[in-house]
Amino acid sequence: MTAATAHAPATQKKKGVFAALEIDTRLLGMIGAFVVLCLAFNFITDGRFLTPRNIFNLTIQTVSVAIMATGMVFIIVTRHIDLSVGSLLATSSAVMAMAQTAILPDLLGVGLDSPTVAALAIVIGLMTGTAIGAFQGWLVGYLLIPAFIVTLGGLLVWRNVAWYLTSGQTIGPLNEYYLLFGGINGTLGETLSWAFALVATVAALWALVASRRNKVAHEMPVKPLWAEGAIGLLIAVTIFGFVALLVAYQIPSGRLERMFVARGEVLPEGFTQGYGIPISVLMLIVLAVLMTVVSRKTRFGRYVFATGGNPDAAELSGINTRMLTVKVFALMGFLCALSAVVASARLTNHTNDIGTLDELRVIAAAVIGGTALSGGVGTIYGAILGALIMQSLQSGMAMVGVDAPFQNIVVGMVLVVAVLVDILYRKRTGGKA
Amino acid sequence: MSSPDRGTPLVELRDISLAFGGIQAVDRVTVDLYPGEVVGLLGHNGAGKSTLIKCLSGAYRMDSGEIRINGEKVEINNPRDARRHNIETIYQTLALADNLDASANLFLGRELTNAIGMIDEAQMEAETRRIMGRLNPNFRKFSAPVSALSGGQRQSVAIARAVYFNAKILIMDEPTAALGPQETRMVAELIDELKRQGLGIFLIDHDIHQVKQLCDRAAVMKNGALVGIVEVADVTEDDLLGMIIAGKRPEHLAA
Ligand SMILES: Nc1ncnc2c1ncn2[C@@H]1O[C@H](COP(=O)(O)OP(=O)(O)OP(=O)(O)O)[C@@H](O)[C@H]1O
Ligand SMILES: [Mg+2]
Repeated sequence: MTAATAHAPATQKKKGVFAALEIDTRLLGMIGAFVVLCLAFNFITDGRFLTPRNIFNLTIQTVSVAIMATGMVFIIVTRHIDLSVGSLLATSSAVMAMAQTAILPDLLGVGLDSPTVAALAIVIGLMTGTAIGAFQGWLVGYLLIPAFIVTLGGLLVWRNVAWYLTSGQTIGPLNEYYLLFGGINGTLGETLSWAFALVATVAALWALVASRRNKVAHEMPVKPLWAEGAIGLLIAVTIFGFVALLVAYQIPSGRLERMFVARGEVLPEGFTQGYGIPISVLMLIVLAVLMTVVSRKTRFGRYVFATGGNPDAAELSGINTRMLTVKVFALMGFLCALSAVVASARLTNHTNDIGTLDELRVIAAAVIGGTALSGGVGTIYGAILGALIMQSLQSGMAMVGVDAPFQNIVVGMVLVVAVLVDILYRKRTGGKA
Repeated sequence: MSSPDRGTPLVELRDISLAFGGIQAVDRVTVDLYPGEVVGLLGHNGAGKSTLIKCLSGAYRMDSGEIRINGEKVEINNPRDARRHNIETIYQTLALADNLDASANLFLGRELTNAIGMIDEAQMEAETRRIMGRLNPNFRKFSAPVSALSGGQRQSVAIARAVYFNAKILIMDEPTAALGPQETRMVAELIDELKRQGLGIFLIDHDIHQVKQLCDRAAVMKNGALVGIVEVADVTEDDLLGMIIAGKRPEHLAA
């Protein structure tokens, strides 16, 4: 975004390099903006912003909105909108909370903290979210009610269904296995985190090689070898750097002691352990990869983009665009429920106002991430980066001590300016806004 | 009609009618098409040509009438049904997804996939390069979204899509509207070649000269109704023009 224009004077020489790397300059701009933002906050807070602790917190705060933002990309790409995601999250969360505290333990005759209860509650929640999403998609796709109206109705309906289900009460404490998905209560620890970094790097490099081989096999142009190598190196450094940061955040000794006591052991002298990758963040990473594959490598994803680009052409090409709408909204519902797991586990309770205003954060994340409201354009990584930027802005301002009203004023303005910059950028690169 | 007996027609459109609200866009039109034949559809703007062929391509559902393919009555309720009967269409509006590249458009709805069901991008692009090399050797923009293509380049993508999948029945709605003289000649040659291969082609074209050259028969429509079907060899360009404007069959054929 802003950084893309900042680099402009030096383009002549750099153009060749970026062109060879074939990195999306828009992505580069966003990363640039994000880095500038972080450095600025870090400077203002005298280095408190870029500590392992704060970065750890930032990532777990981002997960819930980011999960939904990946689904919102598909919704907006097909020229729809979903205003009901925050409410859908609340209903899913309420259903799961009721299931695991009031219904399942009695039904199964097991304790509140049984892993079966957690698993079943999550399955029920995911099914609820998917079903509601599919229903809204049916209203949009088959009855042709505009998505704006259907989901505006949904915003009210599901928020209050959640309220009704729980009588407005906070429900908790939740199942201890369920809480593993909340962030700080469920992390991989050091060894597993490094193992993940290794596996992820190998997989990413393998994907690079496989894609190059496939292109060569079909005699298509490929990047120069040094460019592939540079990208590979960049990926490896990013993954290991990220994991290193999360591992660097140390579990406090009091908490470690309690963990050892719970296992009937004694904390050895001088023993330290980093948190490592939170399970919720791991979930987001896996989801991001899956959704990217879905959007680029499957028929479903291809049809989502085709329909967004030209609904008539998609229909005439034999794509069942009505069913596609149902599927896209069902996927969104599923992701709302998944997000509900993370959000309520992070709070360790279901609260009546959970997910309030999330629809705006989610839409903003997708849009800042480059999803065009006119349809047909958007990326999963963009939306996640958008969510991260929004969250950093919010936490950074809170840390600096900006007054609450000003925080929201700034976030609102950033959204508008981001879209303006995006429009200007697309005009310059000749794309369609 | 006046066509000689050539066995079962490839396509028979019988008494097709379709109204949009108060407008009778197509009014009891009957046309047939034989293998290896090109039938031109003529008529003024808004005569109902596109609407008629959209009933065959599954874009619209006719109000009444029936469609027979190789003598058998078929139901065409959507574009998928049409494709199943090997009907391919080049729409007047081209019907391309602007945000996708040429190969994504060419294979839209029929993507090539690998063993695990993932889209095989490289294979699709290779195939696209092959067919475009035949249809439009100057085409280079394989990785750009089609919004970045010229009108003629877009047209060649639409034509490639119709030709690639071994159509038996081809519908071309003003296929040369956006093309330069050289490209127009290429399309004309292509139509001749496909005809020799035994395809049946419905060709909508406002260029009467071209219709005279490419078509075996011409069906003329006016205000949704069929004026008549004539052997192109039996009429002059002026006769055709008269049919389009006056809506009457020429004197010497009026029987
Ligand atoms: N989707 C639609 N809704 C309402 N009316 C329509 C629709 N499509 C076509 N019409 C009307 O039906 C009539 C026939 O239109 P059609 O597109 O078939 O004409 P055409 O012969 O193809 O004309 P052209 O040579 O300009 O392409 C016109 O009066 C047109 O206004
Ligand atoms: Mg027309």
